Amino acid sequence: MSVVAPPDEAQAVDGPSEVATPGLERQAERAKARQGFLLGLPAILYLLVFFVIPLGVVVAYSFATRTRSGRTELRDWNLNAYARLGDDIVLTVAWRSLWVAALTTVICILLAYPLAYFISTRSAVTRNLLLVGIMIPFWSNFLIRTYAWRVLLDSDGLVTQMVQATGLGDGRILFTTNAVILGLVYGYLPFMVLPLYAAIERIDWSLVEGARDLYANGWGAFRRVVWPLSKPGVVAGSILVFVPSFGAYVTPAILGGNKEGLLGSYIVLQFLSARNGPVGSAVSVVVLVVMLLGTLLYFRAGGKNL
Amino acid sequence: MHDTTDGPRPAVELQGVVKRFGDRSGTEVTAVDDLDLRIADGEFFSLLGPSGCGKTTTLRMIAGLELPTAGSIRIHGEEMGLRPPNRRPVNTVFQNYALFPHMTVAKNIGFGLEMRKVPTGDRAELIDWAIQLVEMGALAHRKPGQLSGGQQQRVALARALVNRPEVLLLDEPLGALDLKLRQQMQHELKTLQREVGITFVYVTHDQEEAVTMSDRIGVMHDGRLLQVDTPEAIYERPTTRFVADFIGQSNFLEATVASADEVVLANGQRLRLSSDSPSGEAVAVTVRPERLTVHRRGEAPAGLHHLEGRVETVTYLGNAIVYGIGIDWMHLDVRCPATLAVERRDVGDEVTVSFEPRHAAVVTG
Ligand SMILES: Nc1ncnc2c1ncn2[C@@H]1O[C@H](COP(=O)(O)OP(=O)(O)O)[C@@H](O)[C@H]1O
Ligand SMILES: [Mg+2]
Repeated sequence: MSVVAPPDEAQAVDGPSEVATPGLERQAERAKARQGFLLGLPAILYLLVFFVIPLGVVVAYSFATRTRSGRTELRDWNLNAYARLGDDIVLTVAWRSLWVAALTTVICILLAYPLAYFISTRSAVTRNLLLVGIMIPFWSNFLIRTYAWRVLLDSDGLVTQMVQATGLGDGRILFTTNAVILGLVYGYLPFMVLPLYAAIERIDWSLVEGARDLYANGWGAFRRVVWPLSKPGVVAGSILVFVPSFGAYVTPAILGGNKEGLLGSYIVLQFLSARNGPVGSAVSVVVLVVMLLGTLLYFRAGGKNL
Repeated sequence: MHDTTDGPRPAVELQGVVKRFGDRSGTEVTAVDDLDLRIADGEFFSLLGPSGCGKTTTLRMIAGLELPTAGSIRIHGEEMGLRPPNRRPVNTVFQNYALFPHMTVAKNIGFGLEMRKVPTGDRAELIDWAIQLVEMGALAHRKPGQLSGGQQQRVALARALVNRPEVLLLDEPLGALDLKLRQQMQHELKTLQREVGITFVYVTHDQEEAVTMSDRIGVMHDGRLLQVDTPEAIYERPTTRFVADFIGQSNFLEATVASADEVVLANGQRLRLSSDSPSGEAVAVTVRPERLTVHRRGEAPAGLHHLEGRVETVTYLGNAIVYGIGIDWMHLDVRCPATLAVERRDVGDEVTVSFEPRHAAVVTG
């Protein structure tokens, strides 16, 4: 500060008697921002080391060169790996993944909606009990639960035997895409139920009464009031189920067959067996972009206030 | 209780209607207790009472949003029984409006028509009519969230009226508005009701609102209907202490019934006033403060009822003066117009308070 400071500026450094000026306001804002940054620093460092840098590596790999021996070398940047994405095998696997993810999502909506509706119309105590019930599966490891399905679906597994007993078929679905969908629905159903519950529970019940008063029958009130108002929950749940289903690896690896691969296993295949880092990375990048678009959609649909 | 509706088919008829709510712990609340009521066609009828007295529950039972525990509800002679709300010829303006937040004003208003499958052409015409009726033309494409409270209230009204219900039920529709807007809307609602000729059942806890707007008022207390009458009759001839107290202010003189046309005040003074209560029953004589006149002691005209007392307080209100008068065993409020023609009293003056017999009512409870 200059020696001949204007009077009000001189006052400003006196502490309690500070007079607010645009300069001071900006200064205070900057201090606050700095404080926020310091608080976030550990998390920022963590994400940088374990997320941003590996992601950068994957993106770099997708433009890198593969040597004859299968090594990935970071030189002669090219789009060869992306050109391979048009291959029949990649397209087939991508479409199948898309289909599996879409079907999983639809089945989850059909199962979760009535359940979420039921839960959100119970008394507070029942509601909390049921919600805890929904989350119980999270208490045990996802991998173990998926292996449990393998046991159940085995040729002499409990589920297979029960299906055979009812005479509906031979019940042998292990190592098929159907088994994968079953496993995915099982694994991701809670991620559909919870946002749906949150959305339905928030609906003002008097709106339904209003609709009934205006000549809507039960179905009309649902179709025109409850469903549209719960849509943010449907969108949120769909993205929470679709995104991980699309790139799923564990469930298809354990319950799916070799014949009908999905994107997750295709990427692993490229890195490990085919020793083609660039193609594996390129597929990963595309999957990532698709998921990112999905997530953007989620925020656009008002998922923020979930 | 006397009922002035003798028409052949009242718009709404409640007979012995009871509603009890049970809760988990087994305690029961009787929200509405043995309600008998006939509301005439085209009438503006108000249910008036303090919060929690069962007004909303009564309205919801007429709408079909709640089923009575006992009793019968008829609309234009037809028994409603277990009919769901969508098959009753009534519409409701909800206390919180319950406008559909995801629909525009026009869609909200057209909802009932759409549900009844009114052809699109007629629908548009009716929606237009309703929008004009509540002067919301400029805002037809807004969503409820973009409207002020008063505007939302108009939309709720239009959304109900567009269906031309036989009876319109309104649950404290002006409760959320500020005083000035409320008074304006009271006037508009009353005018509108005359225009469309639909029977209104209007729920409010605001006695001024009920008195201003209604053809008749039913005063409720603790789930019971205490008195059903014109606003004037309710004000001038309350039958219970609760009604006299709830509608405006009043003085209550403890008394005992001596005979069919005489009561004895607590100080032994006898007044010729007729009452329906049996001899010996404890009652109160109620007189509105503005129906009392203050005279210099002994100068009160004959033919009126007199009470002797002393001025204890004088409160100047601009357009009126309120005297607090101590009589032997209690305190009375007397309200006089503050004109120059009326002689002023001072604290300590010995006075006689007078009132015409027809301005006093004998009330029970
Ligand atoms: N759904 C309900 N369950 C239990 N008690 C209720 C219910 N609805 C209303 N009540 C009780 O019934 C009484 C009357 O309520 P209400 O009709 O809403 O009164 P008002 O509209 O006159 O304020 C109150 O004591 C209230 O607590
Ligand atoms: Mg109420």
